[in-house]
Amino acid sequence: MNKTFQLWNPSLLLGLAIVGLFAAMAISPGLFSSQDPAGLRLEHRLSAPSAANWFGTDGVGVDVYSRVVYGARTTLATIVVVLGIAILVGVSIGSVSGYLGGWIDGLLMRVADVFLAFPPLILALATNAVLGRGLQQTMFAVAFLWWPAYARLVRSQILAVRKLEFVESARAIGANELRIVGRHVLPNVLDPVIVRASLDAGFVALTAASLSFLGLGAQPPTPEWGRMVAEGQKFLLDQWWVATFPGISLFVLVIGFNLIGESLSGRMQSGLHVSRAEETEGR
Amino acid sequence: MNRRGTALLEVSDLKVQFAPRGSGLWSDKKGVVRAVDGVSLTLQRGETLGLVGESGCGKSTLGRAILGLVGAASGSVWFDGHEITAMSNREMRRIRPRIQLVFQDAGAALNPRWCARDLVAEPFKIHLSLEGAVLQQRVDAIFETVGLDPALGKRFPRELSGGQRQRVGIARALASEPDLLVCDEPTSALDLSIQAQIVNLLQDLQDQLGLSYLFIAHDLGVVRQISDRVAVMYLGKIVETASRDRIFKEGRHPYTQALLSAVPVADPEHANTRGWKAMTGEVPSPSSPPLGCNFCTRCGSKAEVENRLNIDCDMIEPELISVEELHEVSCHLFPAN
Ligand SMILES: Nc1ncnc2c1ncn2[C@@H]1O[C@H](COP(=O)(O)OP(=O)(O)OP(=O)(O)O)[C@@H](O)[C@H]1O
Ligand SMILES: [Mg+2]
Repeated sequence: MNKTFQLWNPSLLLGLAIVGLFAAMAISPGLFSSQDPAGLRLEHRLSAPSAANWFGTDGVGVDVYSRVVYGARTTLATIVVVLGIAILVGVSIGSVSGYLGGWIDGLLMRVADVFLAFPPLILALATNAVLGRGLQQTMFAVAFLWWPAYARLVRSQILAVRKLEFVESARAIGANELRIVGRHVLPNVLDPVIVRASLDAGFVALTAASLSFLGLGAQPPTPEWGRMVAEGQKFLLDQWWVATFPGISLFVLVIGFNLIGESLSGRMQSGLHVSRAEETEGR
Repeated sequence: MNRRGTALLEVSDLKVQFAPRGSGLWSDKKGVVRAVDGVSLTLQRGETLGLVGESGCGKSTLGRAILGLVGAASGSVWFDGHEITAMSNREMRRIRPRIQLVFQDAGAALNPRWCARDLVAEPFKIHLSLEGAVLQQRVDAIFETVGLDPALGKRFPRELSGGQRQRVGIARALASEPDLLVCDEPTSALDLSIQAQIVNLLQDLQDQLGLSYLFIAHDLGVVRQISDRVAVMYLGKIVETASRDRIFKEGRHPYTQALLSAVPVADPEHANTRGWKAMTGEVPSPSSPPLGCNFCTRCGSKAEVENRLNIDCDMIEPELISVEELHEVSCHLFPAN
């Protein structure tokens, strides 16, 4: 069976193209838009999409297209920071928990459960209320509620992987525990973490946008899609473009991440485990 | 540590037990699983001891206990004058190079993310801290020893055939220059023709390197080919040990006989002409073995013992007794001479 063919399926490619496009916008927005995302031109306020302003202008006359382009940076940066922190903390805690077991495991997992028990948005609101408004605070708030999912995932993976025979083989060879965890267990645990992260990226973007929509996240003049939707709301019936274009961008980005995540998780299910099953068939 | 005897490996009254699986909320808790229940055996240098028995009788567990991969509940394992069962983790890691394990399913026993070369290089890195060209040389040499083309070194386990994977497994085990190789059904996952190749390889290696084998197998044909002595295991206990020829010609324990009669033989001379009684029923659970003889629930000779010798097999456990020189049987039919 050709694994490379499976990996590069159309939905993965489409997902990568979408996320790649937004990543390019985030890295060098100047390539995509020559207009100032903060340039007020009140005389042009709320003008409809045209050749000069592809997505029209907003309530203070700023080009919506350039705000959407520059907003990609805010959203992607949020995703990277939030998932970075969540994965780092989650993988560390999950590994300790899964590997040591005992009361440490019990304690850490109860703490994780407490986080998982709250509805995410409520918890983020509460955290934000403590930390204050602002983009950084929002990132921390979201990361704070996202790590337990990774801790649980890594813990359960570790429990499963450490029972596999190649771990015993490493022990029989004379590898010490550090080597076994670092070289044999963890690398085999990280695949599901990557898949999960690509599925989560969309939700992180949505959560961060929701917080901004509620006025907690990025503060003006930083362009942020959730906030743009909130601001465009009041013009929604007559000047639909103000809220619609940032909304569509968020939607497309989330779809892009989900396409990647779904294809990767499909591949993972048919990867390690199926090849194992193929081997046993031959007996 | 005091030395014992001259045997390379000496297992005495070894017991290994597991907590019952899945005990808890939804299952009534049964007793512990007595996977290995009082096994004694010895293995001389350069010797191959075949260990046969049905699935689940504790062969792998015995092998893993000898390597110190599972703890013993009681009894001891002595290896070349060192007591494995009393070692700390550090001491254990020092002795590990000398006792190695060849797994049944090399596909599962090789980390799927490592290429063959890295897998074989691992023991050299761990024990000798080799690197670079020296490491390369040693790895190539051992590839050669086990009959693997070094060009396969870049392949991952799933890109190798079953036979090649098993050769990688054997190379990994040989890298640390062991004295004893525990081979846990090393051929049972392979096609017949490949099986023969691997068995031949193991025999050649033994001649070249003076290895001792504990060779675990289902397949009596393979055991017959490779073993000097054979131990027959049933439900956690050794029921008979003897030289290979004695076991195959004059195996006495009813279980040994049942095993032998189940093997299709091409040679009519070895066919079931002695009126061996076949087994009936299922193996009892190792968490609740019979009170008396472990085999009493399936034994075809039980009536004979009870009528002729007036011994209650259900209640009285037979001991492993020497019936001839180097031939031990655990059955009431064969009292000590
Ligand atoms: N880690 C474990 N926890 C609980 N029970 C176990 C464990 N490992 C083995 N057992 C039980 O111990 C008994 C012996 O198992 P073992 O794997 O040693 O048998 P085996 O003779 O090697 O069988 P096979 O020929 O199928 O490999 C079985 O009943 C098995 O279910
Ligand atoms: Mg086994």
